[in-house]
Amino acid sequence: MGTRTRPQTARSLGLVPTGLLVLGAIYCLLPVSWVLVSATKSPGELFTLSTFAPGSGFFDNLRQLNAYRDGVFWRWMANTALYAGGGALLSTLVSAASGFALAKYRFRGRNLIFNILIGGILVPSVVLAIPQYLLFAKLGLADTYWAVLLPQILHPYSIYLARVYAGVAIPDSLLEAGRIDGSGEWLLLTRVGLPLMVPGMVTVFLFQFVAIWNNFLLPFIMLGDDGKFPLTVGLYTLLAAGANQPSLYNLIITGALLSIIPLIALFLTMQRYWRTDLSGGAIKG
Amino acid sequence: MSTARGGAPRSAAPYLFLTPAIVLFTLFLALPIGYTVYLSLRRTKVSGLGLGRGSRREIFVGLDNLRVAVADGELWAGALRVLGYGTLVLVVMLGLALLFALILDSAYVRLARFGRISIFLPYAVPGVVASLLWGFLYLPSLTPIGGIDFLGASAVTYSMANIAVWGGTGFNMLVLYTNLRAIPRSYYEAARMDGASEVAIALRIKIPMLVPAIILTTVFSVIATIQVFTEPTTLRPLSNTISSTWSPLMKVYRDAFVTGDLYSAAATSLVIAGVSLVLSFGFLRVVRGHAFEEER
Repeated sequence: MGTRTRPQTARSLGLVPTGLLVLGAIYCLLPVSWVLVSATKSPGELFTLSTFAPGSGFFDNLRQLNAYRDGVFWRWMANTALYAGGGALLSTLVSAASGFALAKYRFRGRNLIFNILIGGILVPSVVLAIPQYLLFAKLGLADTYWAVLLPQILHPYSIYLARVYAGVAIPDSLLEAGRIDGSGEWLLLTRVGLPLMVPGMVTVFLFQFVAIWNNFLLPFIMLGDDGKFPLTVGLYTLLAAGANQPSLYNLIITGALLSIIPLIALFLTMQRYWRTDLSGGAIKG
Repeated sequence: MSTARGGAPRSAAPYLFLTPAIVLFTLFLALPIGYTVYLSLRRTKVSGLGLGRGSRREIFVGLDNLRVAVADGELWAGALRVLGYGTLVLVVMLGLALLFALILDSAYVRLARFGRISIFLPYAVPGVVASLLWGFLYLPSLTPIGGIDFLGASAVTYSMANIAVWGGTGFNMLVLYTNLRAIPRSYYEAARMDGASEVAIALRIKIPMLVPAIILTTVFSVIATIQVFTEPTTLRPLSNTISSTWSPLMKVYRDAFVTGDLYSAAATSLVIAGVSLVLSFGFLRVVRGHAFEEER
């Protein structure tokens, strides 16, 4: 920003947009800072101390959460990491291979396949979740890790992004050169295509990681055993059990805080990948 | 037939690369949709008291379930609630997303990095946790703002809309901002030279060029909003004004897993999907016209 020339007359104008932006930022940070402060309060302090005054109960809260049903909270955390990490990785690989094929080959049925896959974007998950549950139940796979992992691998929008990205990131000439050198198509995908697609695919991975991490409906429907719950479903059951017992609120609040720390860390460390122009390529094209 | 235009030889390779996606599509998208349609056409017939093993069997009932689903007052009451809620969410969320994207892209703003990260941050908070945080902030015993019953019958829709706006603005802002950054700066330089103000540039150049991205974000937001489930479900333990059929998808869930009527649930979900498709189809036509131009 600093390198841009700022005409004198316009400098004062910056006050209004900057003010609006700061207001927006405060609004967005409010609940996050609230949970940060509230997690430090003991059950008693939660109702007596003023809203943004820190309390003295953080480590007690942690101990309580640790003890809750033999540490099931950490189990939920590990499950979530497995669902989100494994699911997003597989999803990214599938999307990248599909995007590469759709962008870099001309073949019979290309547009048809693309349109059908992309049509999946418009299918509301409401028509999928229940029959997916029934089908998994028929196979005896409901209430297993697979039931949450497998349905989240296909992500039509990621395929679309991968296609756009492969189109701009992989020069045809490079593939040509590879073919002249006698490379097989598999080698072109794994040694030329995928490496060039990595920056874009990191973004696809991150977005899919967050989507799975945040998903509630699918695991809520699929799982019954709380040892397999992800954080979202676990925290929901904690809330459903504790809504009428204010003495449990501190447990829920501490759990909520811990559940968002990993994603916020991912955010702050991977920042440059959150603003790539993957979709910008689509508009320019 | 596709011959080697652009150099790629005809081979099985692209089909092989697409196989995982096609298999997953078939198993987890096409098959479940087909199964929903199948279920929606059937019903359990109970004979006698319905106690013995052979007394329940599944029969074909044609469009009966769909007819019942469409005529269900509970569904339309839910649809009406979601229409009000959704309109509010879409207008405020996309409006704010556009405003913040334009602010970030303007030349004169300070603290842009701080603002961008802060506003995008809620995207990292799962809907369940967002509802839980706001839910506690709404609770009369915990809220810093007195005098308003946020979870009461008259305010609960607004309270819920606030959660969705809070959670969704940042992502949409990012999409729009990314698209704004892709517009060549030279477009503005000419306008600036002609004395156009930043606001005029935003209104006359930036917003028109953003139209495809705005449509895209609108379509996705509409699809997501119609299926609102997480927020009302999570708030329910904290409020007695949210019924188990507050949103259409909550009704589907109740029918399928609480009352155990899979056939009605299937029919209702088809109705919701139909409405969702009709709403997004119009938008999509325009999106295709813009975003897919390169393919034609």
